[in-house]
Amino acid sequence: MILLQLFFTFFKIGLFTIGGGYAMIPLIQADVVGNGWMELEQFIDFIAVSESTPGPFAVNIATFVGSEMGGIVGATFATVGVVLPSFLIILFIARYFMNFQKNFYVRSALQGLRPVIVGLVSSAAFTIGIANFLPDLSSFSAAFSHINYRGLIIFAVILLIHLKFKTHPIWLIVISAVLGILFFGVPEMLGWGIP
Amino acid sequence: MQISRKWRQVVQLFLTFFKIGAFTFGGGYAMIALMEREVVDKRHWITEEDVMDIITIAESTPGVIAVNSATFIGYKTAGFWGAFFATLGVVIPSFTVIFIISLFFLEFKSLKIVSYAFEGIRAGIVVLIVSAAIKLAKFCPRDMISFVLLGATFIASAFFNVNSIYILLTGMVCGIVYQVIKVKNTPDKKGGDM
Repeated sequence: MILLQLFFTFFKIGLFTIGGGYAMIPLIQADVVGNGWMELEQFIDFIAVSESTPGPFAVNIATFVGSEMGGIVGATFATVGVVLPSFLIILFIARYFMNFQKNFYVRSALQGLRPVIVGLVSSAAFTIGIANFLPDLSSFSAAFSHINYRGLIIFAVILLIHLKFKTHPIWLIVISAVLGILFFGVPEMLGWGIP
Repeated sequence: MQISRKWRQVVQLFLTFFKIGAFTFGGGYAMIALMEREVVDKRHWITEEDVMDIITIAESTPGVIAVNSATFIGYKTAGFWGAFFATLGVVIPSFTVIFIISLFFLEFKSLKIVSYAFEGIRAGIVVLIVSAAIKLAKFCPRDMISFVLLGATFIASAFFNVNSIYILLTGMVCGIVYQVIKVKNTPDKKGGDM
């Protein structure tokens, strides 16, 4: 049943959401895209939507996928699922285990988790970058002849703006959108055949 | 009707975290400043040191920081129902916004101009994720085992599609084993140099 599947999938995601939403992109992608609930492209687009709206990514994607799959009830099941594990764990810690963060094993486990989280976020950046800039990976030559140059230029411009001005993520998304319209929309309207 | 002090607090918790939830754009760390102003300066529910404790606890437990802090502060202030309504309050704004977006998202994206905009956004979003990785790397211990874990995680996840859950569990076990060995080798220094 879809409601229970939504609940348990997002419960699992909530249970393993450590180090902020981006570290969870590979996990969420495997479940959400793997289950056929969302296309990869849609998934990437939703990251942008989540950045531009309130709320953390893990919770937002739960609400969104839940709603797409089962309306308001689906959204509720998925969102409760993603929030419940941390709710229960924090209640337990607040009640019985106030020195949790000072515990030797907790601190040691965290030391091991930190590099893993960086690895997961890097992997998300890499996978999403490849899906964008090398859209056709059926063969080596196909990959080369279908490089998304315009996407790469936009990436470079946004990277420069980000490094130079420390612009807020929402503005980076707005600028990316404008560049997308300029680089992809305008040439198409004028009938230029850019690859 | 006289409402008891506790329930008045529960209502205040709900409203305060609703406000925090409504203004938490782009991840948890942006909301810490807002949370401090609302919860420490205005309401005096907790102290500045408590906030630091909560952040470390929220970082070392599953879940997103905004939700974890809501649960924690709610519980400390007014028990279980405080935790319940603070958590509900922090989630409702984004739930409502995303639910409304989900109703129109596909139609919205089928507009030509929007689809062009998203071509650009998909390229720009990579910058945000790379920058998140760099930010997180700053909190990473600088030793051999961390570099190995980082590299192994990247390869396992990006090239072999290994389930993140196994990777995270491996990381925790490696961290514990490494520190235990370190402590055994330096018996006079409890806890190793973390």
